[in-house]
Amino acid sequence: MIKSVMVMNTQGKPRLSKFYEYQPVEKQQELIRSVFGVLCSRADSVSNFIEADSIFGPDTRLVYKHYATLYFVFVFDSSENELAMLDLIQVFVETLDKCFKNVCELDIVFSYSKLHTILDEIIFGGQVLETSSAEVIKAVEEISKCWKRPQVLSHLSPSQFLVGEVGSIG
Amino acid sequence: MGSQGGFGQSKEFLDLVKSIGEARSKAEEDRIVLHEIETLKRRISEPDTPKRKMKEYIIRLVYVEMLGHDASFGYIHAVKMTHDDSLSLKRTGYLAVTLFLNEDHDLIILIVNTIQKDLKSDNYLVVCAALNAVCRLINEETIPAVLPQVVELLGHSKEAVRKKAIMALHRFYQKSPSSVQHLVSNFRKRLCDNDPGVMGATLCPLFDLITIDVNSYKDLVISFVSILKQVAERRLPKSYDYHQMPAPFVQIRLLKIMALLGSGDKQASENMYTVVGDIFRKCDSSSNIGNAILYECICCVSSIYPNPKLIESAADVIARFLKSDSHNLKYMGIDALGRLIKTSPEIAEQHQLAVIDCLEDPDDTLKRKTFELLYKMTKCTNVEVIVDRMIDYMISINDNHYKTEIASRCVELAEQFAPSNHWFIQTMNKVFEHAGDLVNIKVAHNLMRLIAEGFGEDDDNADSQLRSSAVESYLRIIGEPKLPSVFLQVICWVLGEYGTADGKFSASYITGKLCDVAEAYSNDETVKAYAVTSLMKIYAFEIATGRKVDMLPECQSLIEELSASHSTDLQQRAYELQAVIGLDARAVEIIMPSDASCEDIEIDKNLSFLNGYVQQAIEKGAQPYISENERSGMLNISNFRNQDQHEASSMHSLRFEAYELPKPSMPSRIPPVSLASTTELVPVPEPSYLRETQKVASSPSVSNADSSELRLRLDGVQKKWGRPTYSSSETSTSSSTSQKTVNEVSKVDGTGTVNSKAHDNSYSSRKPQVEISSEKQKLAASLFGGSSKTDKRGSTVGHKAGKASSHAVEKPQTTKAPVKSTAVETIVVQPPPDLLDLGEPTVVSSSPPSVDPFKQLEGLIEPTQVTSSVNHGVVGANKSPDLMGLYVETAESGPSTDDANPLSGLTNSDFKNAHEGIATQLSKGPNTKHSLEKDALVRQMGVTPTSHNPNLFKDLLG
Repeated sequence: MIKSVMVMNTQGKPRLSKFYEYQPVEKQQELIRSVFGVLCSRADSVSNFIEADSIFGPDTRLVYKHYATLYFVFVFDSSENELAMLDLIQVFVETLDKCFKNVCELDIVFSYSKLHTILDEIIFGGQVLETSSAEVIKAVEEISKCWKRPQVLSHLSPSQFLVGEVGSIG
Repeated sequence: MGSQGGFGQSKEFLDLVKSIGEARSKAEEDRIVLHEIETLKRRISEPDTPKRKMKEYIIRLVYVEMLGHDASFGYIHAVKMTHDDSLSLKRTGYLAVTLFLNEDHDLIILIVNTIQKDLKSDNYLVVCAALNAVCRLINEETIPAVLPQVVELLGHSKEAVRKKAIMALHRFYQKSPSSVQHLVSNFRKRLCDNDPGVMGATLCPLFDLITIDVNSYKDLVISFVSILKQVAERRLPKSYDYHQMPAPFVQIRLLKIMALLGSGDKQASENMYTVVGDIFRKCDSSSNIGNAILYECICCVSSIYPNPKLIESAADVIARFLKSDSHNLKYMGIDALGRLIKTSPEIAEQHQLAVIDCLEDPDDTLKRKTFELLYKMTKCTNVEVIVDRMIDYMISINDNHYKTEIASRCVELAEQFAPSNHWFIQTMNKVFEHAGDLVNIKVAHNLMRLIAEGFGEDDDNADSQLRSSAVESYLRIIGEPKLPSVFLQVICWVLGEYGTADGKFSASYITGKLCDVAEAYSNDETVKAYAVTSLMKIYAFEIATGRKVDMLPECQSLIEELSASHSTDLQQRAYELQAVIGLDARAVEIIMPSDASCEDIEIDKNLSFLNGYVQQAIEKGAQPYISENERSGMLNISNFRNQDQHEASSMHSLRFEAYELPKPSMPSRIPPVSLASTTELVPVPEPSYLRETQKVASSPSVSNADSSELRLRLDGVQKKWGRPTYSSSETSTSSSTSQKTVNEVSKVDGTGTVNSKAHDNSYSSRKPQVEISSEKQKLAASLFGGSSKTDKRGSTVGHKAGKASSHAVEKPQTTKAPVKSTAVETIVVQPPPDLLDLGEPTVVSSSPPSVDPFKQLEGLIEPTQVTSSVNHGVVGANKSPDLMGLYVETAESGPSTDDANPLSGLTNSDFKNAHEGIATQLSKGPNTKHSLEKDALVRQMGVTPTSHNPNLFKDLLG
């Protein structure tokens, strides 16, 4: 299963971190830091795989991909295939690119919760849920529809309705 | 900009992100974030915060926590938000709680109710959000609360919901298999879902289930094969294509599952051959995902029952991977090679240069993977090169985790395949020197024990040679600064036991060195303890031999210093030393016998030697001894005692049983009777235990390996260096013809090539051949040549057995002779049938062959080709048969091996093995003629052993 997804920039600032098994906040920071430590020491031409036992414990591998100013990192165990995970990163980034029209670090920084929504449609509970970026976008759009015009649930009372009506701020 | 697409945040948040982004130092960033936390704390607890504001605050909290700051003050607000009816707020709430809370958090109880309600919602988006939360927030205790709803959702009309419900159920299974045990049939059912996405999702839990229990899912083999076939044939809707590959993730899962189901199951495997072969043919190797599937095919092929055609395809793909410029593919290639050589070891040879390129690649990941491969293909022929490389690499890296791993691998390989005692000691020295503190303490004890017990040769000469070489090497190393503690302990112990044994070094020289160590590492009490005890041993041996002891002044001052030490252990040792020095030679000899660390001692538990004293005391009117049982019976506390035993842990009453013995740090076989060894039982210092446990905590697998592999590997060691008599007696008891035993035994003795003469010989015979080529080829030859020289082991063994037979005379007939240049009367020799029963080493070189005269004839010719090439240094180039007479016997080891092996791919290597063996054997083997004749006789009598077992050779070669 996939244990963690991280996005960080080339300075080591985390832009997104998601752990599919609970890690306390301090531990998360430590993991992010050590992953960055390994990543920034690697040359461009080398492989995208790292055996991550020393960071995440036994039977963990790490696949990363470097896009412009960002590192996308997936951590997983031996039940996944490294090359396939590399492509999953590709799916994730492609989806982001389609959602944001030429995605850049700023989009990711400013659309923190959308990022999570997209990721949740690709990876679910540590397993690959969907690998077609078109499907992911469809699902995300469906959700964001009610983000814009909060969907009224059938059992809502009027007072709740008023509150829920407020849309997003441009 | 996309950020406005419904997910936008307020200007405040954007400003926060911006200012953090512009922060120049960590301190500045922290200041900004702390300020933000203050703001949030204030705002969030304001009574009338509008909900949309609240939503944003929660997102900001998540953000703050991602930056490593505590946001726990807001958790409750996130929980509250999940109760909201607006989907966007609810989702934000769920997102926040899944990121904030672990499944055992106190607040979870407040969410379970909401989740239950949401799972029943009409809006599938709400259901999905709840399912998402379920995966992260539900623990073993709360599973029953949501389980019925989740199971119900398996039949939901939306496939997205069904898919997520399956995955949630899978997650439950991972967390607590027992709670969903009765529901696993649902996974099977959903495999037939009409939505391919749902079907694909069931493969994840099925994979887990099959991993645990293969046999209950064998019936699904046909289904999996047919699903894979349909997927590969593009029967799925186009929307499942990814980069022109049909549902690649589904294919990968299915191949993984098939690898499990086909492992060791010929029938199941046969069902898979066609579809895997099809994928090999069809798969697009230009895309990343295509290669991922190809890699998975190789894994599958190497796991299921071998099929030559598929192995060939797999080898082709590996070749392509390794030749690729992409490091990723090289990495996959190396990994795949490591899997495939288990079934077909000869494949490695084709790729030797590529593998060496990877070994020298700047990419660390690739390098490590390659070391892993080398580790898997280590044999006694290439162990030196591989371990040397590993040690070089180990020295070059700083990563302690990996250093530990590679050090323990070096130790393991060295123990298993050491070609000579000398090499073994040298290797261990290097490992200790560079990674001493990372090596398990047991390894050190193992080394001491090996030096003490000798390596199983019966002649003491070899043992003492070994010890002197160890002593010499330690004296060379001892002066180097900053040696690891563990290593110093070994050094001190060996110097104490054997420093003066061969008379080469004087007692004052050794004691001087020991004092230097104690002084240089004055804050390491364990080392000091070892040093003092070693000093005592040296002096005791001196006294015992009647020499006069002049204690060096520095030694004197050391002892004085230690007798006032804070450590009672050191004090005791110092006083003991002083006491021993004061005794006469006879007494010293009794309490400190020389080289007695391995003697077994008998403990007189009845203390009968005290009888006289007791008798005397009784005569003088002392009370006779009343045994413990009677005494407790008299005091009527036996019940109490029993009770105490039962509830020992919970009761605070007096304990009647003795304290547990402290764990001795020395192997227990070192007899406690001789004073030297008793005091040697240095309590392992706290830090080393600590380190061990830490390791356990951080990496259970490594420590597992530690416990199983780094433990004093007595059996292995015993057998490896075991005395010939020892192993043969063992074999004669296990007279069953089971291949396994034979195999094992023969292997054991195979490693017995430790016999230094044989080794030297083979080594020198290999060298000239190697020097011809470039450095890389040299390396390749030493690494991979070995893979084809397995039988060398066999033949040297033959020699060894021949030698052994001179003292272990019981079964000389079994030592089938290796080649001797003159003894060539018999042509092809069948091994006597009793070979199997006796399990003598020769089985290695000559497996029970089927009597196929034609094959034997073949055997006669082919090895000569090979062997003749030996002389030219080019394998298999020359076909002159003139050396035939000389090498006739190779037929018996080479081709007969082949006969028993259905994978004819091995032939070549076997021949090479044979010639290697010959090369080493040319000059030796006085017994061979005799045994050859005997074998011939047996054959004439028409006895033909018939058992075939390809596995035998797989083991030997792989």
